[in-house]
Amino acid sequence: MPTALIVNGKAVALEAEPDTPLLWALREELGLTGTKFGCGIAACGACSVHVDGQITRSCSIALGDAAGKSVTTIEGLKAADGTLHAVQQAWIAAQVPQCGYCQSGQIMAAVALIRETGRPSASQVDAAMTNLCRCGTYPRIREAILAATGQAAAKAGEA
Amino acid sequence: MGFKRRAFLIGGAAIVGGGIFALQYGDYAMRRDAAALSRRGNAGSFGAWLHIGEDDRVTLLTPHIDMGTGTPTALAQMAAEELDADWAKMAVEAAPAESAFGNAWLAKGFISDVANDSALVRSLPASVWSLLARSVVNQITGGSSALRFTGQRGIRVLAAATRLALIEEAAARLNVPASELTTKAGLVSHAGSNRALRYGELAKAAAERTLSAEPKLKAAKDFALIGTSPARFDVPGKVDGTAQFGIDFVLPGMRVATVMAAPVRGGKLVKVDAAPAMAIKGVEKVVQLEDAVAVIASGYWSALKGLRALDPQFSDDGHGAVATAAMFAEQERLCTEELKDFAPPAGSRLVEAAYRAPYLHHAMMEPFALTAHYKDGKLDLWGGLQDPLGSKHEAVKLSGLGDDAVAFHPMLLGGGFGRKLPGQIEIIGQAVKLAMDSPHPVKVIWPREEEVRQGTYRPQSAVRFKCALGADGKIAAWRSAFSQTKGFEAGAPLLYDLPEAENTHAEHKAHVIIGSWRSVEASQHGFFNECMIDELAQAAGADPIAFRKAHLAKNSRAHAVLDAVARASGWGAPLPEGTGRGVAVVESFGTVCAQVVQVSLREDGYPRVEKVWAAVDCGQVVNPRGAEAQVMGGIVMGLSAAIHEEITIDKGAVVQSSFNDYPLLTLAETPQIAVEFVASTAPMGGLGEPGLPPAAPALANALFAATARRVRTLPIRAQAGA
Repeated sequence: MPTALIVNGKAVALEAEPDTPLLWALREELGLTGTKFGCGIAACGACSVHVDGQITRSCSIALGDAAGKSVTTIEGLKAADGTLHAVQQAWIAAQVPQCGYCQSGQIMAAVALIRETGRPSASQVDAAMTNLCRCGTYPRIREAILAATGQAAAKAGEA
Repeated sequence: MGFKRRAFLIGGAAIVGGGIFALQYGDYAMRRDAAALSRRGNAGSFGAWLHIGEDDRVTLLTPHIDMGTGTPTALAQMAAEELDADWAKMAVEAAPAESAFGNAWLAKGFISDVANDSALVRSLPASVWSLLARSVVNQITGGSSALRFTGQRGIRVLAAATRLALIEEAAARLNVPASELTTKAGLVSHAGSNRALRYGELAKAAAERTLSAEPKLKAAKDFALIGTSPARFDVPGKVDGTAQFGIDFVLPGMRVATVMAAPVRGGKLVKVDAAPAMAIKGVEKVVQLEDAVAVIASGYWSALKGLRALDPQFSDDGHGAVATAAMFAEQERLCTEELKDFAPPAGSRLVEAAYRAPYLHHAMMEPFALTAHYKDGKLDLWGGLQDPLGSKHEAVKLSGLGDDAVAFHPMLLGGGFGRKLPGQIEIIGQAVKLAMDSPHPVKVIWPREEEVRQGTYRPQSAVRFKCALGADGKIAAWRSAFSQTKGFEAGAPLLYDLPEAENTHAEHKAHVIIGSWRSVEASQHGFFNECMIDELAQAAGADPIAFRKAHLAKNSRAHAVLDAVARASGWGAPLPEGTGRGVAVVESFGTVCAQVVQVSLREDGYPRVEKVWAAVDCGQVVNPRGAEAQVMGGIVMGLSAAIHEEITIDKGAVVQSSFNDYPLLTLAETPQIAVEFVASTAPMGGLGEPGLPPAAPALANALFAATARRVRTLPIRAQAGA
């Protein structure tokens, strides 16, 4: 029996087995490839999406457990008219991505953090942003989050 | 001196004599081939790499893939600079993975780098390079080479020659001397008659003209685009989820496969019972490869479940007893043996130390993924690898098909760091084999566990130093011996100008496969040498920066970066109790980078890196914002490896399997980082790698300053707090 859920505002019924991680249902059945496979054990965060508004590592939640819930992926962040989310705009302004592979997950984590905290403190950013980035874009991620919330980032020389 | 410059190494083989050439636009046959392959035909195509459309759009076909370093944008800046193009009309595309687009500039750059830019290398005629390029070609992205070789020696020259051809064509049409024409923002103008022609209306005819082989390049003072930071072309697609990486590729009817290879390198698949996998819904086939088992299914999850249901038996090629501790012990025995006859010069005192660096994994965020489709005698592959052309050649060899029957379609790659260089990309063979035996396209995806266990690691290395400090407080002799697996045997050049210095290598044979890991040998040897010089400074009772400077040649580029980093960090200022600062300076890929790290200890004994200051001399900076990102990224990766990372071997197999037991540095652990580029007229150096090597030694030296405890074995973890 198909699993019914809402993805990026649209009701969908997915044929994948209920034990399939949400990640693979999104990528392979819906073709939403912006959500990435990194490790499959919820350690890296490349697969981060929102499930009922909560930041969730989609490699480690079964499709069956997402039944009836509302899922937002990177493809669903922009407004109906195509305007990018303020966090995505901040990401461009700060030129955050390098290889870019982890950035969908980073942005989803940042959006959830800002939604919860409004103006996150540096320690809230440190605590919430646990997604891994091998290119080392962390300083720019900090800069973009602070810029998106009207705060300026500290530089080493100014501390 | 025992320190030698070495060739850029790929999979242990030097590429000297490899894929090559100077200005391939000198070879018209190749130019025609390339233009045809670029799907645009000859019209408006300059030397294969530049195309100017009738709509004025200038497209650079770059032989470098987008690995994340931003070089496609920077190469476009270099092209637009010499071309006087309109930046708003510039675009970049990946060059087709075909021999006509082999990147000879890169190979020539490495060769002349190795040969110290010898007259011999420069004197070879273009036809020789072109000929070589046809037989052995590459499109490697690696070796911090895109801008300093491809950009400086290739793209800028071609763009300058293209500009001259556009001027000549305009001169003919306007019937005025070329000397009266000027170019700006995609227009050729004649001030005297107040007339101008667009590049787009000149390009088709200009492309038929012979391009100058030695056009004059702009002087740095005239740069309008080089040295500025336009936004990267690739960023928007990477923030809205539309960027397509190798793993994202989809074809109708495609199947997904996953694999497990022999856990002990060199081992073979002995037997496997396919039945448990075939019982899983969605699994279609279990394939026995020589050294691996593969499961093909309707999707990745079914394939993975199928793979996990199997109990394959592998041989171990006789390596089943190999373990890390014994490997290090043997390496240290070899180093000690090398140095047994060393005696410090009369009147000096011995300073001795031994260091260890572990195998390191690349851990790029995108695991290996490659799609292959075999149909009607033709084989197509789609994926993100560091050498599309080399990958194509590998597929030609493995498939037994002709060059014309195989196409590799380059896609974005989610990090490479050296792991996706040719030489040891097993997934090419796997994808070719599975697809050629299948009526469907097959995408092979490696589980993260496979990706960690089947790595090509930065070599595990041990070193012993026996150095001598003279009565004058200066180094009287520097003797070191290191031991690691052959392939990277030359070590790294020593930055310091010493009266007596020798570094020798004692080969340690191991079955573990090693490869190029971001910054290659500069990572471990930078750590070794820059920690040892710190120990000598301590023994001499000298300031670490002053001591280094006292041992540099007068004209060394390291002076300026040490001075800059001392100034930026306020070196010497008093620090809180328990906080320390350390310094290191390493030259790699033609760039010198000095760093100061400030550190204290966390409650769990791990380092808390508070701040890092970096000063860099890479010659001309093309895109300062992108350059800063590369140095920051190198520092993060260097700290990550120094604090956390280690691949160990037990029973011949890699112990670690994912990010739970191979942790990377997190955002919370990332210090504030300030990067400064010093003004320099040195030849352009690389930037993808040189930010990395100083991080580990500067951190270890800072921990000594904070705790009076030397960390001589990586990773650091809680050693300084023990």
